[in-house]
Amino acid sequence: MSAPLLGQGIFKGLAETARNFFGSYVKKDRLITVQYPEERLPQTEAARSFPVLVYDGDDWQKGLRCVACLICEKECPPQCIYIVKDTVRKPDAAGKLQFQPRVFDIDISVCMSCQICVEVCPFDAIKMDVQYELSTGDRFGTLLLRKQQLAKPNQYYHQIHPTEAAEVDAHLSADKAKAKAAPTPKPA
Amino acid sequence: MTQAYVETPRSEGASAQGIPAPEGAGAPNYTVTPKRAPDGTLQGDLLEVSMGPQHPSTHGVFRMDVVLDGERVMKLKPVFGYLHRNHEKIGENTTYLGSMPYTDRLDYFCSLTNNWAYALTVEKLAGLQPPERAEYIRVITAELTRLQNHVSLVGFLLQDMGAMGTPLMYAFRERERILDLFESLTGARMMCNYMRFGGCRCDLPPGWLEQAQQAVNEFPRFLDEFEALLSGNEILLARTQGVGVLPRELAVNASITGPMLRASGVNYDIRKVDQYGIYDRFKFRVPLGDHGDVYDRYMIRILEMRESVGILQAALRDIPAGPIVDPKAKLRGFRPKPGEVYGRIESPKGELGFYIISNGSPNPYRYRVRPPSFINLTILEDICLGHHVADVVIILGSVDIVMGEVDR
Repeated sequence: MSAPLLGQGIFKGLAETARNFFGSYVKKDRLITVQYPEERLPQTEAARSFPVLVYDGDDWQKGLRCVACLICEKECPPQCIYIVKDTVRKPDAAGKLQFQPRVFDIDISVCMSCQICVEVCPFDAIKMDVQYELSTGDRFGTLLLRKQQLAKPNQYYHQIHPTEAAEVDAHLSADKAKAKAAPTPKPA
Repeated sequence: MTQAYVETPRSEGASAQGIPAPEGAGAPNYTVTPKRAPDGTLQGDLLEVSMGPQHPSTHGVFRMDVVLDGERVMKLKPVFGYLHRNHEKIGENTTYLGSMPYTDRLDYFCSLTNNWAYALTVEKLAGLQPPERAEYIRVITAELTRLQNHVSLVGFLLQDMGAMGTPLMYAFRERERILDLFESLTGARMMCNYMRFGGCRCDLPPGWLEQAQQAVNEFPRFLDEFEALLSGNEILLARTQGVGVLPRELAVNASITGPMLRASGVNYDIRKVDQYGIYDRFKFRVPLGDHGDVYDRYMIRILEMRESVGILQAALRDIPAGPIVDPKAKLRGFRPKPGEVYGRIESPKGELGFYIISNGSPNPYRYRVRPPSFINLTILEDICLGHHVADVVIILGSVDIVMGEVDR
């Protein structure tokens, strides 16, 4: 191979830069920047930020699906969930007597959004939110979410993860139908 | 002093020009130890400089204590541990599943390969076999991870060299496309937390394969553009050829792995050696360097990306339908039988291994990570001695370290 002119590689590179610079005025795929606060990209359905508690019906206290089984508290890798189980059973949205969490706190300054609580929950009670603009000036109080702040209606869950929520609703109602068809004997 | 640089692919043009190697490059290592007075202070005109941990070129909180004779490095001591966060001890105190999101934070560029290495190790321990589709998904995500790791590495390397902005921006533009794929699959751009013991967490969303196919199809165009931009650039050749030469024997003796080792001409790729997962089904070549200098390490990464594109094309074409998790896998109450296991994969930076001892309880008795970039760092002094300070920056850049993995 004959020796190329010294500096040819640099000019080749500059031509590539120029092609990108002028191309950005005419071709959309060369200008990919999104001006964030003004424009936003749509979020994907799999997006996740921090956990929320889903409730059925209208009353957030009555309708919580959480039965305070403490599995998520045990499995949470950074241990950011704190639950105190209630001492008495209360009727849930369907009128069935259930234990409920008296205290359910998530410290989202500790949470690492790993979604393990969602995966291990056998009651589909805890799900991931997609809210992401959560910065506050307060370092402690506003980053510790209490039960009331965590509780979100099922409609909200349908809004943020439509496909997943439809699947969850389908299998919950199937379970309910199965339970109605063959009622388990009540523990004495 | 002039050395011939001919064998490296795509550099014939430069070698024909006979660009001389930088002065002092390739010279025997300085064996002079700095003269010290009895009280330990330096004598003469040697200067001890602490580079980092906030130095912009050190890729995180990494510090090098360098002893300089003018511009020339006489001694170099890597200092790390600023990002130590007890990963291995935490791993012994959480459940097996609970360590999975922590492995994302090891090498935060390649969370999916970290996940795979850990999942592979625990699967070996528990005797789980991921289904076909999960294996394909793993290969696809791992190769995409390799692409985005190498692409950002070459961007950073050129940034270190003084090519401010442009190459890094081009590299990050491509990386962003791959991160978008990760986000729609796993829900997070970097902390994916996607693999599970015996499979993957969720199936591919509809349309994902087409998007991935498109991204992979467009990737070679970017590589061509990137090479036109830089690979023949005389400044890049002058700065990188003959700098930071890592001899083959030293590389093997210091157990260097990954692109660093292959740039020194040792044919060792765990995808070929172990054929973990389903890598025996793909045809790909292992690019090797001749000189072991910074240019070879740069070029190896470019060539590896071209091979990865080939693997991705084949995997995206052949991926079957089916389940994604081994039916024997348990999410809650996972207790593998007692035993001891070492699992390793070829992560983009080298051999990433996990060593686990189980005593039958829900958490490992001993959990140890063999991080590639930490072990690749051990020869930093050997390849930096005698070079200029500005070369130390690019030599460190070519080693490809991530402090999350070095310090753990």
